Amino acid sequence: MKFASEFRDPAGARALLAAIAATAEQIGATRHKPIHIMEICGGHTHSIFRYGLDKLVHEGIEFVHGPGCPVCVLPMARVDECVEIAERPGVIFTTFGDAMRVPGHRKSLMQAKSEGADIRMVYSPLDALEIARRNRDREVVFFGLGFETTTPSTALSIQQAAREGLTNFSVFCNHITVPEPIKALLDDPDMTLDGFIGPGHVSMVIGIHPYDFIARDYGKPLVVAGFEPTDLLQSILMVLVQIREGRAAIENQYSRVVPEHGNAVSLAAIADVYERRPSFEWRGLGEIDASGLRIRRKYGAFDAEEKFGIGYAASSRNVPEIEGCACGAVMTGKMKPTQCPQFGIGCTPEMPLGALMVSSEGACAAYWQYAGARAAE
Amino acid sequence: MCLGIPGRITAITDAGRLMALAEVSGVRREVNVACVAGNDIDALVGKWALIHVGFAMSIIDEDEAARTLEALRELGEAQETLEQMAHSKEALQ
Ligand code: SF4
Repeated sequence: MKFASEFRDPAGARALLAAIAATAEQIGATRHKPIHIMEICGGHTHSIFRYGLDKLVHEGIEFVHGPGCPVCVLPMARVDECVEIAERPGVIFTTFGDAMRVPGHRKSLMQAKSEGADIRMVYSPLDALEIARRNRDREVVFFGLGFETTTPSTALSIQQAAREGLTNFSVFCNHITVPEPIKALLDDPDMTLDGFIGPGHVSMVIGIHPYDFIARDYGKPLVVAGFEPTDLLQSILMVLVQIREGRAAIENQYSRVVPEHGNAVSLAAIADVYERRPSFEWRGLGEIDASGLRIRRKYGAFDAEEKFGIGYAASSRNVPEIEGCACGAVMTGKMKPTQCPQFGIGCTPEMPLGALMVSSEGACAAYWQYAGARAAE
Repeated sequence: MCLGIPGRITAITDAGRLMALAEVSGVRREVNVACVAGNDIDALVGKWALIHVGFAMSIIDEDEAARTLEALRELGEAQETLEQMAHSKEALQ
């Protein structure tokens, strides 16, 4: 590890690593009896691999990579539905680029595009709105994907479309929420988690209180973290200190960006436009109660599910995943990516079989991307 | 998509629709500022914000903006976001 050049503040990072090691020793964490800390957010997973934090921290700490990569938890059935909508005549299907290569049963959006469907990668739902304004004779659908960081953007876009009276714009809403899958993981008897690193930018929107149940009902610490390496190290230390002191609380390491109560305008827009589905399907995790959002009736004119009669509500459940793919076990931390029989053989970032290989926030792609660099060290 | 990118708000383009021009690593694009506008939208000009998929989500100081941008570059996320912005321009045509 090229310590000095990798870290902005190498002395600070060293001091934090030493404090982490000392605290881990005090707790009695060892390689054989490790403390399991889950980083929920895929951005944190990427950062941990980029800086090799899993190798730098005391051996008694084991990272479990959480479900916080939206394309990784997208079931194949949702991709199939996107393709089905995109292939309807007259439709312009718009999406964040991240979703393009996620495999579906028949094909990915990328393949559908190369076969002639009008699928456009956009940076923002605002651009989808603009496409709708410029193409009044076409149906413009935006694929609403992601956690609470992107949810306000589609909510505000739908409100804007309603104000303008646009009739050819709709959102295919597959937004999901962070706290609910954490509850599902905590309820899983096979799961042995001792603490959490909470997502930074999601928390900027929702604040820190939606996680209260983790400390209150399950007695586990959670620290909301920034994604610079020293932010992560500091947060790991904060989790360990709580464990040593026998406490469990929700703490905010990233208070310079994350307000305790989140962003009021975003939360109001989300509440106005969306309501919770009774449950929603997650790739690898199955159905999770109240973990997905749908568009409220009053905005039904902007709901692609309603317009096309395609979507989660209309689909049959439990479409099987591809055989030999261990995404579910990796996603719940029961298996390391390298233990998947497909890793690097049937599944690479160029030809992903599972969604964890698609995005740099997915654990498999992160392993793949940085394993080579590590071997060379 | 999940990580915001810092941009500096340089002008208000449409106060009614809460739209502003932001400069993100030398690239200019229109962003929505509804979440950070408060009562005085003009006060945003010159400020740094974390921008998520075209929406300014949080006002940050210049130092935080610089550090965040550096971290995003290290992760390759900054380049990816800028590419997505460029792609998006094409998609409008
Ligand atoms: S290597 Fe591919 S198939 Fe195996 S768990 Fe990872 S993404 Fe899924």
